[in-house]
Amino acid sequence: MPELCGIELSTPVINASGTYDAIAARSVFGDELLDDFPFSAFVSKTITPEPRAGNAPRRIWETPSGMLNSIGLPNKGLEGFLAEDLPRLAELPVPLIVSIMATTREDFANCVERVARRPEVAAIELNVSCPNVHSGLIVGENPSETEALLEALRPQTEKPLIVKLTPNTAAPAAVAAGAERGGADAVSLINTLKGTAVDPASGVPALGNGYGGLSGPAVRPVALEQVRSVRARVGLSIVGMGGISSGADAAEFLALGATVVAVGTESFRDPRAGSRVAAELECTLLSERSSAPALHLD
Amino acid sequence: MTDSAPLPRPGAASRAPFGRRLCTTASSRDSGGYRVVSLVDREGPEPLPGQFYMLAAEDGWGAEDGRAFLPRAISVAETRVGAAGGGIRLDFLLDAVGPGTRALCDARAGEKIWITGPLGNSFASPREVAPGAAGAVLVGGGVGVAPLALLRRRFSERGVPHRVLLGFRDRAHSGGLDLFCGSSGALCPEVRLATEDGSQGVQGRVTDLLLSILAGDDAESGVVYSCGPPAMLEAVRALCADHGVACELALESPMACGFGACFGCAVPKPGGGYLRLCVDGPVLRGGQVGEVSHAYA
Repeated sequence: MPELCGIELSTPVINASGTYDAIAARSVFGDELLDDFPFSAFVSKTITPEPRAGNAPRRIWETPSGMLNSIGLPNKGLEGFLAEDLPRLAELPVPLIVSIMATTREDFANCVERVARRPEVAAIELNVSCPNVHSGLIVGENPSETEALLEALRPQTEKPLIVKLTPNTAAPAAVAAGAERGGADAVSLINTLKGTAVDPASGVPALGNGYGGLSGPAVRPVALEQVRSVRARVGLSIVGMGGISSGADAAEFLALGATVVAVGTESFRDPRAGSRVAAELECTLLSERSSAPALHLD
Repeated sequence: MTDSAPLPRPGAASRAPFGRRLCTTASSRDSGGYRVVSLVDREGPEPLPGQFYMLAAEDGWGAEDGRAFLPRAISVAETRVGAAGGGIRLDFLLDAVGPGTRALCDARAGEKIWITGPLGNSFASPREVAPGAAGAVLVGGGVGVAPLALLRRRFSERGVPHRVLLGFRDRAHSGGLDLFCGSSGALCPEVRLATEDGSQGVQGRVTDLLLSILAGDDAESGVVYSCGPPAMLEAVRALCADHGVACELALESPMACGFGACFGCAVPKPGGGYLRLCVDGPVLRGGQVGEVSHAYA
């Protein structure tokens, strides 16, 4: 049975934060969603201390084998999430991981404490692709900022803390090591790669925010290398993601040291992609096992 | 049935099966510069007017420099229950403007297309939109005439008095007209046409036709239903607001998923914040939306 930081999972496939709104999906597809839930754990969209409306359109732009997004973390804020969304997410048939972002250590600590205290929550993912307003540094780009943040958050809960690493840094493995020193239980990677595109119709940046984050199969080789380099540096559990659209893709991440994998953008194309990837992965692993050379003769 | 019978609204009976499914293309034909692609859906419910599907061709997706990558949100233009061999025939009106719509337009009979849906909300009957309203004015432009074709048939079946105003560039670019009037080329009496060059119908814009109706005495007894390019929708919205006439607008927005996951299809709300067009729309009441803009449409 796969497990992530002590959380038993029915398959090694979970979702990437911000790529599946299980509440909206249930209203669209009904309880059929719960009968065949595509992920073995559900990671929420990132919540922030205060509500956010999100970025001005345009928010998405298709690219070769991928897409750019500039969504801007729209969410109801901590209080709205706890009151309205958490009870509904607790109805999902899988463990719940809540993604949190804040721009000060105090706000971050408060959010972690308030969320982790809820029994419906199995683990916390920390979105550190944001500035620390005091230092001006992007926390997840900086090993010592990441370590200091974890030191501030670690005392808030005994539940697993998963650090979502940004790929937009020269040395993600060094940041992972900082997370490990600070007391993290796992890292998840990769977040989207910074990118932009020009709308040929207007000649100006296609996204309302000027730039966005690239996801989809286009980023997969980058994600694989970052997983490999992080695995070489830390002993933490790793949630590997970046352009996974098949079981064979997932198997590559596992082969490079990911503990479990996450499906993100592919769910936009196929709402049941998580289930499909898990089923394909099982076939891939079974055939690898059966074709592996026998090392021991009974 | 009379106009007092409300149109069915999204619910358990029209709920999309969970996930995408492969459907076979039954036919693909030219329609005034656009294409009408017909699929046979053996699993899904009958869609309601205004609802859409996410479509991706099984072959040719990704063939143009790694695009199309995402499925395309396309309104259903017409349906037929009891298609040959069972299932529901779904007709989509497509304009080949990019790699996705090109691949869909290239699908030939027998080829497969991935679909997810039906998705989104649907048009409401006039009395649900405005108590006291009895009739409907349907205003469509370009490829946006598609959802109005299905709405028009539903109004006909229910005896809802309606007029249809359609706008096209010229006679050669009047795609989808046959969805309203059949393939004979003759205009049916309740359909009025405007073309920018006057080659068919009245010379001018479809909003000129709408203005002449709204300026008439019985304007407030009707509800305007509209779909088309953003500039046309904005003109319709503003005209209706000026004349105190209720309207429902079917909008378009960049959309990766169609089921609330991607948050890409943000449409600004007049009081701040955003709607997700896929789950809050695509049909919005006039008051739900501020100025309809190319920035998000």
